[in-house]
Amino acid sequence: MTERKPAKGNQRTIFICQGTGCVSGKSLVITGALEKNIAELKLKDVKVDFTGCHGFCEQGPVAIVDPDGIFYTHVTIDDVPEIVASHLRDNKPVERLFYKDPVTGNAIPYYKDIKFYSMQQRIILRNCGRINPERIEDYMAKGGFESLKKVLKTMTPEQVIDIIKKSGLRGRGGAGFSTGQKWEFCHNSRADQKYMICNADEGDPGAFMDRSTMEGDPCTVIEGMTIAAFAIGASEGYIYIRAEYPLAVKRVRLALKQAEGKGFLGDDILGSHFNFHVHVKEGAGAFVCGEETALMASIEGKRGMPRSRPPYPAVSGLWGKPSNINNVKTMATVPVIIQRGAEWYASTGTEKSKGTCVFALTGKIANSGLIEVPMGIKLREIIYEIGGGIPGGKKFKAVQTGGPSGGCLPEAYLDQPVDYESLTAGGSMMGSGGMVVMDEDTCMVDVARYFLSFTQAESCGKCVPCRVGTKQMLDVLERICAGEGRPEDTAFLQKLSEQIKAGSLCALGQTAPNPVLTTLRYFMDEYKAHIEEKRCPAMVCAALVRYYILPDKCMACGICARACPVEAIKGEKRMVHVIDQDKCIKCGTCQEVCPEKFGAVTKVSGEELDVPNEPTPVKERPKAEKSA
Amino acid sequence: MIPLATDNLVEADVREKLDKIFAGYKGRQEELIPILQEAQGAFRYLPAAALREIARFLQITENTVYGVATFYAQFKLTPLGRTVIRVCRGTACHVRGSSKVLAEIEKQLGIKAGETTPDLEYTLETVACIGACALAPTMTIDGETYGKMTAKKVAEVLGDRTKAG
Repeated sequence: MTERKPAKGNQRTIFICQGTGCVSGKSLVITGALEKNIAELKLKDVKVDFTGCHGFCEQGPVAIVDPDGIFYTHVTIDDVPEIVASHLRDNKPVERLFYKDPVTGNAIPYYKDIKFYSMQQRIILRNCGRINPERIEDYMAKGGFESLKKVLKTMTPEQVIDIIKKSGLRGRGGAGFSTGQKWEFCHNSRADQKYMICNADEGDPGAFMDRSTMEGDPCTVIEGMTIAAFAIGASEGYIYIRAEYPLAVKRVRLALKQAEGKGFLGDDILGSHFNFHVHVKEGAGAFVCGEETALMASIEGKRGMPRSRPPYPAVSGLWGKPSNINNVKTMATVPVIIQRGAEWYASTGTEKSKGTCVFALTGKIANSGLIEVPMGIKLREIIYEIGGGIPGGKKFKAVQTGGPSGGCLPEAYLDQPVDYESLTAGGSMMGSGGMVVMDEDTCMVDVARYFLSFTQAESCGKCVPCRVGTKQMLDVLERICAGEGRPEDTAFLQKLSEQIKAGSLCALGQTAPNPVLTTLRYFMDEYKAHIEEKRCPAMVCAALVRYYILPDKCMACGICARACPVEAIKGEKRMVHVIDQDKCIKCGTCQEVCPEKFGAVTKVSGEELDVPNEPTPVKERPKAEKSA
Repeated sequence: MIPLATDNLVEADVREKLDKIFAGYKGRQEELIPILQEAQGAFRYLPAAALREIARFLQITENTVYGVATFYAQFKLTPLGRTVIRVCRGTACHVRGSSKVLAEIEKQLGIKAGETTPDLEYTLETVACIGACALAPTMTIDGETYGKMTAKKVAEVLGDRTKAG
């Protein structure tokens, strides 16, 4: 997948990733250091440039050297002098910074040989990590805006809609409605003004694909939007971006300005008499604004509360005018379909779900990052081959897709194909693309409680079943986690879930019970352990765990007693330390600080250990165990 | 009802700052959220006096402005601390133990999430996701990200700042 043109002479460019993940890893400082080092060594043929997200965030900060295609991982400021002197000056790449295959331990210098990349198929993310997102010329050099030219010069809106329909593209925002049909509805509405809106209010916790797309390749989103606007007949457009994404806002604004400068936006675009102006609207921190009618209310300057549909936005949307809303990833796909054709796109994926999907793969997984895979791939392939499996030899428990609207799928689903239909059949959903892997140390009741606390806080309050129902469910889940669950609780949660689903106006309420329903369906044993045995099998729920100091392992070093925030540990020199269970707040600090060679602190759930209540003398042990 | 801060800002100062902001707008309701965002940038929170002036400028009721200001999590009606700490409570951070990190910070600062220390030094907030999931659990201090946090690292990170600051 690395196609790089041979450079003239020794011309080299080192591209540093400046996506949010790598910036968090100090990649801006590294860029500065590279520039300084290169200037000091007076290297004339070397340039420093930057890209958006490569997706392989686990390995960040990452850098790539063109035209060699050498991929560096975990770059720190201390590595800079070596990269500059050894690779950029002496042509000897720094092998120590290559990606290391976790299984073979081999150092791999190229993208295409790394399993994380080789199993992906990048359409939406095709330019992310490959171009400087702040230079429109880079996008154009990759064929950018050619699709817009083709559309404006050779096609009618009906022809555009026809191609998108034939391609089978479905909305990447979650629900998966046919994009072509959506456009057609809006196209068929008659009005003096229509609006084209891009939904970039990516609010699902654990999801960052829209942000990375905007940060890494903002122009493709703009090109897709402009093509959509032409198809539906809109002259005004909005991109609604989450305020928590300052870098994405900055890059999209810059790209809009550059696109206007090149005549791809504005009046009479490319001499076609088609006008399209795009405005950026920053969200203000309300998850529900990802819902289309709430999003439009927010653009209008109101509280972002959903309204009932119909009328659908295609008939009456923003300011009562026909409007079309598409997700960032949907927009990024459109130019490729126009360029390569509906048949080409439809050849990837499953019968009903065409093309590729992007996931933010996170949680208990070796390779956290952003991946793009063909629809129909198996969960097992994503988690174990691309994701590199679960770190620390832990056992897989569940995978959560679709964020707070989705569900947790157990091991039995690992061999199911990933597409809209099969995820929904499992009780989860595609959602916008968060994929969080959970291992044996994750408590599924706690996960359900976590998601409910999120949706309960984010419920806008309009529909009573959602506003009051999620609060009731959260109260019950908190009670179960606190060890005060009652036998009737699971049946009550089930019933309430169904009522909330049926009685809520928008997707937030309709899907909020999904995390509870799926955990009840697949992990009932964990609910039962909490309720009947007052035991948390994953030992997560603080009220259900106890910490003990093992008398035969404690060396009376006193570290735990000093670290305990509530002075719950008794002990003195040469005396086995003891935790006062009444004072203990289960913070786990003692276990964290107990020296590994002793490992004297243990955590249990659902049982009590028979250890002395008062400090007892440390037993003499053979000298071989060197004590500190 | 979320109470407004009783502030001792001089009305003339509020008006002067707001007039500068209003200069960039036409006075339509759709501009309410961007104006609130700019006003919060100028005052670090939204003083009651500013909400009233904004209502007047847009010719909408104070009630509407208050309604919008309290709907969105971004808007603060009480002053923020000089240092703002945000602990990520995204799913990836949650399964990697962010609740312990949050509890530890709450303990060290003596405030709960959403609160500000009485000396206005620290504000502690949670954020749904900052999207740096590979570094989970994460937190930010004045926008700077700290990754792979543990309860133990909290003291280090906070301690560094008190020394440095």
